[in-house]
Amino acid sequence: MSFSPNIVGFACQWCTYAGADLAGNLRAKYPPTVKLIKVPCSGRVEPEHVLEAFANGADGVLIGGCHFGDCHYKTGNYKTSRRIAIYEKLLKDSGFEADRLRLEWISGAEGYRFAEVIEEFTKQLQEMGPSPMNGGV
Amino acid sequence: MAKVGVYVCHCGSNIAGVIDVEAVRDFAATLPDVVIARKDLFMCSDSGQEMVKQDVRDGLVDRVVVAACTPRTHEPIFRAAIEKAGLNKYLFEMANIRDQASWVHGHDHEGATEKAKKVVASAVAKARYLESLEDKYVDVTDAALVIGGGIGGISAALELANMGHKTYLVEKQPSIGGVMAQLDKTFPTNDCSACILTPMMVEAYNHPNIETMTYSEVDDVSGYIGNFTVKVRQKQTYVDWAKCTGCGDCATKCPAKTPDEFNAGLSERRAAFIMFPQAVPKKAVIDMAHCLNCAGREIGTIPKVNAKTGKQILAPCEKVCPANAIDRSIAHDPKGAIKEIEVGSIVVATGYKVMEKEWFKEMAPSSPNVITALQLERLISATGPTEGKLLRPSDHQKPKTLTFVSCMGSRDKKFHTYCSRFCCMYMIKQARLLKEKYPDLVINMHFIDVRTAGKDYDEYYTGARNMGINFFKGKVGGLEMLPEDKLRVLAYDMESATNIEYESDLVILATAVELPEDATSLAQKLGLQFCGSKFFRELHPKLGPVETSTEGLFLAGCCQGPKDIPDTVSQAKGAAAAAAVPLAQGKVKIEPIISEVRTEVCSGCGICVPLCPYKAISMREFGGELRAHIEISACKGCGVCTSACPSAAIVLHGYEEDQIFAQIAALTA
Repeated sequence: MSFSPNIVGFACQWCTYAGADLAGNLRAKYPPTVKLIKVPCSGRVEPEHVLEAFANGADGVLIGGCHFGDCHYKTGNYKTSRRIAIYEKLLKDSGFEADRLRLEWISGAEGYRFAEVIEEFTKQLQEMGPSPMNGGV
Repeated sequence: MAKVGVYVCHCGSNIAGVIDVEAVRDFAATLPDVVIARKDLFMCSDSGQEMVKQDVRDGLVDRVVVAACTPRTHEPIFRAAIEKAGLNKYLFEMANIRDQASWVHGHDHEGATEKAKKVVASAVAKARYLESLEDKYVDVTDAALVIGGGIGGISAALELANMGHKTYLVEKQPSIGGVMAQLDKTFPTNDCSACILTPMMVEAYNHPNIETMTYSEVDDVSGYIGNFTVKVRQKQTYVDWAKCTGCGDCATKCPAKTPDEFNAGLSERRAAFIMFPQAVPKKAVIDMAHCLNCAGREIGTIPKVNAKTGKQILAPCEKVCPANAIDRSIAHDPKGAIKEIEVGSIVVATGYKVMEKEWFKEMAPSSPNVITALQLERLISATGPTEGKLLRPSDHQKPKTLTFVSCMGSRDKKFHTYCSRFCCMYMIKQARLLKEKYPDLVINMHFIDVRTAGKDYDEYYTGARNMGINFFKGKVGGLEMLPEDKLRVLAYDMESATNIEYESDLVILATAVELPEDATSLAQKLGLQFCGSKFFRELHPKLGPVETSTEGLFLAGCCQGPKDIPDTVSQAKGAAAAAAVPLAQGKVKIEPIISEVRTEVCSGCGICVPLCPYKAISMREFGGELRAHIEISACKGCGVCTSACPSAAIVLHGYEEDQIFAQIAALTA
């Protein structure tokens, strides 16, 4: 049986966290791989948080924010998107595949989208195998 | 050391039907600092809340974690409960094991239970680091802003004004009235739209508590509930409204023609125009985009002088104006003027537009005899281009056969999947009015379904069937243009299970309701989000239908979703009541989930200052050094500055660094 990856998710409370709640209302099935940490805005997520999760053995990290133009705080998600280049470099330098980090814009109306993203990401991580911290390659 | 109490909810079978609640409770009891772990059938019930309160009162716990549904709906309930029991309400954390676990992992009970344990561990880890926080209160500006002067905005403004609150009513068109002013009659009573709307327009305009600002748009919004500062741009009218008497002489003399938006493009208006005869305020505007600059003279230049007579050569509009309201030698600012207003709450009632027929290529949009239902509304209105006579646009002859097509762009995967809600009713209304006026007219109506839910609505529909109007269930596949401006209708009739074809003189498309293009930029200025149907999103579809995720900002009418006039008025009055709450209270609470600079750690680099979307951060002198300072009433708690600070000097209360790291550790343990 393929392993069940452990995904740490950072979800903004206005969009992606609400989208995950809506997935619940819609009873949209997805694997129990992701556990969300609610943050006010995806802009609250720091590179240190992401690295810490990977260093502790998370197989994947999801950052979920609002679509551009939808940010409750006007521009927080733009700031998040600009940090992506930093994340990619930090992850590579630390020996992690950059694909283990996923940035998604999921609105509070996109319950099915949230479920799809988790489904896809889980499959992708299953193909990639466990984190190097957990004996993966 | 913290004393954490964990309370796991069954939520009937919602959680317990999937997750092994006992196992989660047992696991929680083993977590560090957890002194009590209990479970209950419904934690949000009185008995569930009482269980938590008793443990607090007994001094057994000083941090509370409830593992149940989502904090988005239930956090306030539990916070209030522990506060009543004497604990600071911010010493509370929720673990979402229903919406984000049992409801979505019903196929994997074991996996859901293991996930629930981790989510509870994460909440407990955070709870250990929670600190007491205090709400702050600020004074409220006793005034409201209503954006949009249609029936929704007018209703909301009147309601607020009658409660005694100063209200600004901002409308982008030269007159208030909105789409309702364009309608002929209204269902299900066939009241004349103007007869019921115009008195309300006048009442709002003359109300001592209402300041109406037409031909104006919201340029910028800053601040927060109780204290919004709004910049309203009063667009340039090129007419001195203090002098304009609304006589309309300028519009009769102006030679420049352009399609008349009020008549849905069926006639032309002049560049100098009054929006419609019952406009409130009844004032003229010169639409400079279509002005011909008569006699080769740009606006803002001195008129030429006739060499023979020695008199100035004036443009027709300024020459004819008996009130001297038009002076084209003034260098008017084309951007208009900005007026800054202070308000405590805002109601958004910006309305809708209907899709244009050009979207529907199969419906012969190039034929002048294919029109939208809003155009038909103008065609049958006494103030419309034909003064209420039904004449088809191509040859101004009276049509013999009329076809109505429903759901154009609505309930259609290619455009919008939602139902536009009021089209069935207005089509039936239009058909009834025409059949009453012209009994010999053949009227064929094509519906996917006839939706007439509403008080007295179905009776109205049944009445239409009895009048000899033909109803077909099934879609119209397309229209073909025939000689003599006729159209062939190709449709399917489900009742007889046959294709039907016939010739029609005039085809009316009930096109979908959607937000106007400028709604996107308004949403950004206000911090509004969109729902899946691309209307403004309310806080909660059932329990918060007029509220938004921004406190102090409320929604009314079609900007929140398609709805008819009775529903719009109801929602507008609801929004007004909700918007009046902070104004009546006089003070509003500022939640302490905001950022604070630890001045002693701040290096004064200033990176945070431009990042703040609310300009809440400034550099101030502390002990001879410049340090960042956050204005608490302007901060909304996004945490962007906290994340960016290279010295980790900025704390976002409620989402502090040690709390987030503790959650990460718990989820990866």
